Amino acid sequence: MSEHSTYTPGNPFSKWLDDRLPIIRFSKEHLLDYPTPKNLNYWWTFGAILVVMLVIQIVTGIILAMHYTPNIAMAFDSVELLRRDVNSGRVLQAAHAVGASMFFVAVYIHIFRGLFFGSYKSPREVLWILGVLLFVLMITTAFMGYVLPWGQMSFWAATVITNIIGAVPFVGESVLQLLRGGFAVGNPTLNRFFSLHYLLPFIIAAVVVLHIWALHVPGNNNPTGVDVKSTRDTVPFHPYITMKDLYAVVLFMIPFAWFVFFAPDILGHPDNYIMANSQVTPAHIVPEWYFLPFYAILRAVDFNILFIDSKLGGVIFFAGAIVVLFFVPWLDRSPVRSGLFRPLFKWFYALFVINFIGLAYLGAAPADGRVLGIDVPTFSKICTAYYFIYFLVILPILPRFETTRPLPASISENVLGKAHA
Amino acid sequence: MTMKTLIAAACLAFGLVGPVLAQEGAHSTPEIAKESWSFGGVFGTYDEHQLQRGFQVFRESCSSCHSARLLAFRNLSEPGGPGFTEGQVKALAAEYTIADPLVEGGERPGVAADRWPAPMSEADAKASFGVVPPDFSVIAKARGTTQQFPWWIVNYFTAYQEGGPDYIHALLNGYHEEVPEGFELPEGKYYNDYFPGHAISMPPPLTDGAVDYADAEEGGVNVPETLDQYSRDVAAFLMYVAEPHMVARKETGFRVILFLVLLAGLMFFVKRRLWAGIEH
Ligand code: HEC
Ligand code: HEM
Repeated sequence: MSEHSTYTPGNPFSKWLDDRLPIIRFSKEHLLDYPTPKNLNYWWTFGAILVVMLVIQIVTGIILAMHYTPNIAMAFDSVELLRRDVNSGRVLQAAHAVGASMFFVAVYIHIFRGLFFGSYKSPREVLWILGVLLFVLMITTAFMGYVLPWGQMSFWAATVITNIIGAVPFVGESVLQLLRGGFAVGNPTLNRFFSLHYLLPFIIAAVVVLHIWALHVPGNNNPTGVDVKSTRDTVPFHPYITMKDLYAVVLFMIPFAWFVFFAPDILGHPDNYIMANSQVTPAHIVPEWYFLPFYAILRAVDFNILFIDSKLGGVIFFAGAIVVLFFVPWLDRSPVRSGLFRPLFKWFYALFVINFIGLAYLGAAPADGRVLGIDVPTFSKICTAYYFIYFLVILPILPRFETTRPLPASISENVLGKAHA
Repeated sequence: MTMKTLIAAACLAFGLVGPVLAQEGAHSTPEIAKESWSFGGVFGTYDEHQLQRGFQVFRESCSSCHSARLLAFRNLSEPGGPGFTEGQVKALAAEYTIADPLVEGGERPGVAADRWPAPMSEADAKASFGVVPPDFSVIAKARGTTQQFPWWIVNYFTAYQEGGPDYIHALLNGYHEEVPEGFELPEGKYYNDYFPGHAISMPPPLTDGAVDYADAEEGGVNVPETLDQYSRDVAAFLMYVAEPHMVARKETGFRVILFLVLLAGLMFFVKRRLWAGIEH
């Protein structure tokens, strides 16, 4: 996209540097001039929001780590003492914990944006795959982070979730022991989780660089899904998109601050204010809200499938729910990218969103409860089925039945049409 | 199959926006009422007099069994709390003996920087009650109440964080002399409406008139000396113990949010101005 550069070094030093490390040229091309479709809506600001959230998590996390003690006897108190005795400790800790939730809010919106506007389709498959990889890394990081304060939910969530690895045939048991550093979740587990929790965000940052690189080669998709045809369709990244993104970031910070300052514990679970105790099992073990849809899928498989027992079956579906995302670019056979021009797809997509929220709800519901008069296990099975049917059946087959609406000739035409309508 | 899925979709979508209620497993625990607390909501602050009374209840009753290992004496004179003077706190701390392996004899009188000493060893507590009474440092945040499906969403907008004090207040008022018919109360346990499982090892710690409050002439505020009042006061105090810097946190919150809203407004106009010449 940026082979022909408009950069001319302004002074002898930048000329000298440009011949050796063209970093100024690079920044100008990618941070200032990068041509961006002019019709992007606010769903496209979440990428920038995610970058900001990643930075916030890393900065607050590094400060928290200065006061944290990764030892099962001291971890719980060290987090609480940080809240009470370190200047601004309460706010830092809340920003990191609430920040994780806001990070996931943003990433779910970002993913569902991609799913609706077909941003995963050629030529953006690698960009999408890197995105899914980021999602996997985020899940892992957040899961390990949640264990660190060593409360009851930390401990029991760690126990339940690591347990599922034991269900994998042949290698499961040894991988499980390696992960826990022993037969049960304990001090070695806490130590390795702390180490990895500190490491992974930097790996995420590195993958984000690849993700944006893979974005800048084909350029952004846009709400019409039509390729950029000429420079009339685009605006330079700076100041147009930087300003818009910055505005969105500030807006996003308002609910974030609301939770941090006024309700820092509302997204957590009271049980995590009780120090971990391997002798006392909480009445109701629930993971953090952002894992609930996948947790519901894990629990939905409570029956044996041929020679696969229910435990392994659950793991297969749980992993499958994420792995299937990697293949979406090839599962969706429609040549039309944007959902705006696909009259049938729209409905299945809307149902998919509702279904996903439903799964989250079911993930938190007690297994012996009922929702809408249907018992939770049955309901979870229905929602899990739709989750997979959407990707494995609807996306591949729907294009055969669907007559898509005519696409605009270009972004500019579409924009003008809108203005004159 | 398309048609079927569409119908299923419609049913599901309709059902989810309809009056959905998650049915929790049947249990006979009465609903815990949301009390009104001076520190509730985004504008709430602690009431100094209430915290002082709550501290008195804690000190005279609860602290003979419960520890509060993260509460430092000095916290009690910090801004936003019960508002004791530094002198009062020093004198208070000196009344307690602190185990300190570094001094001769292994014990010394407390100073303001010390933390609240445990009343008994865990082994003694186990011997007396069968369980260790939970530490009070964060107990007000370690308990909560649950609301049914649509209602907990409202909490996000009201910033409801008082489930812990609501539960503690209910618990202290939830004792029964007679056990409901058919309930097997184990030896050494007491029946409580709100405790999960109903059989609690804590004997009812408070009764009407058990704590003698300072009245208006002695610098306090006249309040009834009843179980209900005591339990409110001690619940408020426990919230303070769990969140000693809540007031400062909220004050910063107002400044931050005001700043963000103004900045967002400014950015909105700059952005609109910038994009004005571009059809998009
Ligand atoms: C005679 C000793 C004793 C005194 C005095 C006492 N407690 Fe307790 N408390 C206990 C014991 C023992 C438990 C553990 C109960 C159990 O788990 O069955 C307990 C548990 C609790 C719990 C936790 C209940 C739960 O949900 O797990 C709270 C809250 C509590 N006490 C509050 C108080 C308050 C407030 C006071 C002072 C007004 C107080 N206690 C005085 C012995 C005492
Ligand atoms: C740490 C997490 C992530 C960060 C920091 C991040 C960052 C970004 C940024 C800055 C953009 C460009 C702006 C935009 O389109 O919003 C972008 C685009 C994109 N991202 Fe991400 N992303 C993350 C995770 C993901 C995930 C999990 C997915 C999908 C599974 C994903 C898929 C995409 C796609 C498809 C685009 C191109 C969108 C388009 O041009 O239409 N990203 N990302």
